[in-house]
Amino acid sequence: MTQRLRTPRLGTTALIYLALAGVLAAGAVAVALDGGNLFATANLVDMLTRTSLTGFLAIGMTLVILCRSLDLSVGYTAALSSLVAATTMDGQAANVPLAIAAVLLVSGLIGAANGAVTAYLGVNPFITTLGTGLIIKGYLDTQYKGPAGDVPAVFQQFGYTRIGPVPMSTLVMLAVAAAAIWFLRSSRTGHHMYAVGGDADVARMSGIRTGRTLLAAHVLCGMTAGVAGLLLAARFGTGSAEAYTNLYELDAIAAVVLGGTLLLGGRGGVAGTVAGVAILAVLDTVFNVLQIDPFAKDVLRGVVIIAAVAIYARRQLDRTARRPRFAEGRAS
Amino acid sequence: MTRARELLLRATNPTATVFVLLVLVFAAVFAMNPGFFEGPSLMAFLKQAAPLVILAAGQYFVIVSGNFDLSVGALVGAQVVIAARLIDGEESRTVPVMIVMALFGIGVGLVNGLITTALKVQSFITTLGMLLVLYGAIRLWTGGAPTGSLSESFRQAGRMGIENVPVLGQIPWALLIMIAVGAGSVLLMRTRFGRILMAAGDNERAAALSGARVDTARIAAFVLSGLSATVAGILIGGFAGVSAQVGDGLEFTVITAVVLGGVVLGGGRGSVLAAMAGALVIEALFTLFNQMALPATLRPALQGAIIIAAVAYAARRRPVPTATASPTPS
Amino acid sequence: MTETLLAMRGIGKSFLGVPVLSSVDLTMNQGEVHALVGENGAGKSTLMKILAGVHTADAGTIELDGRAVSFTHPLQAQHAGVASVFQEFNLLPELTVAENVHLGREPKRRGLIDRRAMVDATAAILADLGVDDLPPTARVGSLSVAHQQIAEIAKALSQGADLICMDEPTAALADAEVELLYRLVGRLRERGTAVLYVSHRLKEIFDLCDRITVLKDGRLVDSVATADITPDDLVAKMVGRRIESQFPERLPGTVHGDVRLKVAGGGNDYVDGIDLEVRAGEIVGLAGLQGSGRTEIAEAVFGIAPFTRGTVEVDGAPVRITRPRKAIGAGIALVTEDRKAEGLALWQSVRANARMVLDANARVHSRRRLARVSDLLASLDLVARGEDQEVRFLSGGNQQKVVVAKWLAAEPGVIVLDEPTRGIDVGAKHKLYSVIRELAAEGLAVLLIASELIEVIGLADRIVVLHDGRIAGELPGGATEQQVMAYATGRGPE
Repeated sequence: MTQRLRTPRLGTTALIYLALAGVLAAGAVAVALDGGNLFATANLVDMLTRTSLTGFLAIGMTLVILCRSLDLSVGYTAALSSLVAATTMDGQAANVPLAIAAVLLVSGLIGAANGAVTAYLGVNPFITTLGTGLIIKGYLDTQYKGPAGDVPAVFQQFGYTRIGPVPMSTLVMLAVAAAAIWFLRSSRTGHHMYAVGGDADVARMSGIRTGRTLLAAHVLCGMTAGVAGLLLAARFGTGSAEAYTNLYELDAIAAVVLGGTLLLGGRGGVAGTVAGVAILAVLDTVFNVLQIDPFAKDVLRGVVIIAAVAIYARRQLDRTARRPRFAEGRAS
Repeated sequence: MTRARELLLRATNPTATVFVLLVLVFAAVFAMNPGFFEGPSLMAFLKQAAPLVILAAGQYFVIVSGNFDLSVGALVGAQVVIAARLIDGEESRTVPVMIVMALFGIGVGLVNGLITTALKVQSFITTLGMLLVLYGAIRLWTGGAPTGSLSESFRQAGRMGIENVPVLGQIPWALLIMIAVGAGSVLLMRTRFGRILMAAGDNERAAALSGARVDTARIAAFVLSGLSATVAGILIGGFAGVSAQVGDGLEFTVITAVVLGGVVLGGGRGSVLAAMAGALVIEALFTLFNQMALPATLRPALQGAIIIAAVAYAARRRPVPTATASPTPS
Repeated sequence: MTETLLAMRGIGKSFLGVPVLSSVDLTMNQGEVHALVGENGAGKSTLMKILAGVHTADAGTIELDGRAVSFTHPLQAQHAGVASVFQEFNLLPELTVAENVHLGREPKRRGLIDRRAMVDATAAILADLGVDDLPPTARVGSLSVAHQQIAEIAKALSQGADLICMDEPTAALADAEVELLYRLVGRLRERGTAVLYVSHRLKEIFDLCDRITVLKDGRLVDSVATADITPDDLVAKMVGRRIESQFPERLPGTVHGDVRLKVAGGGNDYVDGIDLEVRAGEIVGLAGLQGSGRTEIAEAVFGIAPFTRGTVEVDGAPVRITRPRKAIGAGIALVTEDRKAEGLALWQSVRANARMVLDANARVHSRRRLARVSDLLASLDLVARGEDQEVRFLSGGNQQKVVVAKWLAAEPGVIVLDEPTRGIDVGAKHKLYSVIRELAAEGLAVLLIASELIEVIGLADRIVVLHDGRIAGELPGGATEQQVMAYATGRGPE
């Protein structure tokens, strides 16, 4: 035994897609044992529909987490955005472009506020975004007692149209994901996000404007939350302040860490996040089909997130381990 | 030379800021309602504030050791629901159920701590997962809405006190429990355990290489947080009664309080007394909002603005120890 | 004929009202290797960081190539041709060499990052430096310290630097790797790139540098050509007094007693076949190149990465040391290599740090020992505002004294010192040398690890030389550097 075989290691993204396949297979078996078919059109549609909303939020969340930041305000931003969209549209198809622009502006500004306070005032992002979330919540609770605005039928299509079993919202989400992947790999700002999250001091010393990079991540995260708000408006046909009670931000964070992005920043990517979103969606659908108590879903979701991160933590330990010079048993 | 530096540090010490803030908020409350500082209304305020202050002490231990506990809100809710369901109005079950609750709080803390330390899962994720598990499990157990009811003696702690005291009226049990928890926490931080906890939050590796049982200390911090949620649950249940929403969002309020107290997320810095003062500031602010007749729905907005402002202030005044390229503060 | 490249005049800088530099001048010619020396706290790093745009000077002017410049950001310094290789590594372990070299200045093609150009340009720079064993696509986290440093220099060159600032570049290198750095600096000089070189190591300064500028207490002491000064005179200028002999003599009354630490056949994943004995009163030096297993032996003895083979005895009793707590219980102390990362809780007070070992271990905790901590700190000549001062405000040398105090508080029988003088000023170094002698005189067994051979040779009674994870040979104290290097490089006895 002179040469030790180097076992090839799976990349984290490959691992998470493998896990997705595993969850799909296990889910299919469970549903089949129950006499159903997980891949029946209705179930597929359900699964894919579930990916879009969390998907938008999780894509933006990936960017901020890569920068070693966090955004706890996305659920509130999405709720506010749905109201901005529905009230601006006010039932008129002609107002749709204006409404979309207004939503992106408002949500982008919220992101900018988060980014600016975190980057330039040195406030922990946990606190910043918790604070902005609470501010938006206070505004929503005070200003809107119920649903408001009216979404014209043409825009409701965004919520309901399908191409085959694939909802349009899911396609849009995948397009946004692809754009984000490209952005992280090929644009300087995107590439620099890894540096800012990996080591802000090093990034700064390399001439990267870390504040701007972080700001950009937060603006984009705010805007994806805005798009999620548009989707909410399209689905409900109206703006809904109550949407924030669903704790979307926790789902988004869960999807991101499930997708292998390090909560401490600097490593990961949107491709993994999409798989993380898909795993959560498959689990939800399987639970739905099996008619398991919705509260059991929360329990399982909690367990899955912890388990996934525990597995990544183990792999991370392996990576940092020193290369042994004297492997056990080789010594004379 | 270094003396000037030290003095500057002391004056801008974020721990001191919270006490200044407390005085300011109380002054505002007093200006609006001079009657606030009369015994009975002050006692009522402290009775209401006690659970948050106790939770802040528990959260402090976790934060100072370098972690988060996001599960305390869900745990408080779970404890209230457990109490109502297990006691089910039977006086005789009060004490046994309290013991069960304490064990449950310890258990949740242990699980949080073990997952965080042994499995190396960030505490943000661990306790977020625990939040979801508790939230789901409690509703699963009760079928959605809480059942049963609390016994009278159980509700004593949250509602009653030493009655007919001159000037003060009632000295609430909650206040006495809060003082006991506070004194205990301050003393605990002065023991070897406290110093190890602090060192572990500051530099985990240095502490471990000095022979400290870092993981054990951190697990103990989570257990203390779980116990504080149990005590808070008993007080809140007694004070406000049983509902499934009772602890919702409480974790964020508590972390806000601790951070307002100048305790730095990430560990190793801040005092437990300041953390508890942070909780008092938050409760006093709520009182102030009430007096200003602001709609209750606006509370979160002001709370959000104040937490950002307070932390930004602390961050601005804190001297930057390492070289950075950002413009040097004036 | 050489031209003046850099002229810094009347530079002043204060932090929080405390002056760190006052009215300092520094001039450098093109292609000159210029040493900046002085004790810790003399202001070397601050001056360098002002030049690099990390700090902005409060007073004074900087001229580069005859043009007045003023930097408020490292980026501006880079654009002007000043690059920096700082003491803390300035690379991202998750990125590749090429990505790191171009970080912040990625080449673009049609608005997008051109990865191929990045790799090609990096390969070209490395080839120019004569480095052929460093692939541009390697992840930096997987590289050796020396290679990471080369990556840093490549990064500086790719920034088109005319002037490279190096802050203690050899601090983490073993002697053989220092050779590589020497070659690189020589190559830079040939290219016409000037180097501003901050180091504590006199040998390097005299081997490498054309001129030397000495700072003391934030003021300029002298700026001389290397040829015009002797090492002794230079040290005298730095400390303001002449240190008569660099290493203190063994104290009278020091006797080598019984074996206190004995390792027989020790081995694990990193070292093998380790037989080692340290007697009471004895200072044993561990020498070897970077990666030869020096630190690994310390970590094995202390239970961080324990021996999985062989036996360890302390004071004649066999012990199984599986983690630091057990080592501490057995009376072993370890002053680790990296005091900020592994030794100190920086935001805690001097007192809290000095008591940390006692606080953490019931087996060594006692009221008597706690009461002794203040005396210990005083006996180490600690300079601090008081025991309540947070250790992050102390100089490197005083921080190291706190680390030493924290271990001595536990009254160990065996003390392992891993690079105890790394990055600390001459005065503190000298104090630590004396302390090591005193510990031996008190009957402790001392295991000393240092990458500066001269330290091991000057202090140790016996030198154990490692090569490739094994003991290559043993020499008496006072052996020559050549003898040690012969073993360390695997060539056998000289």
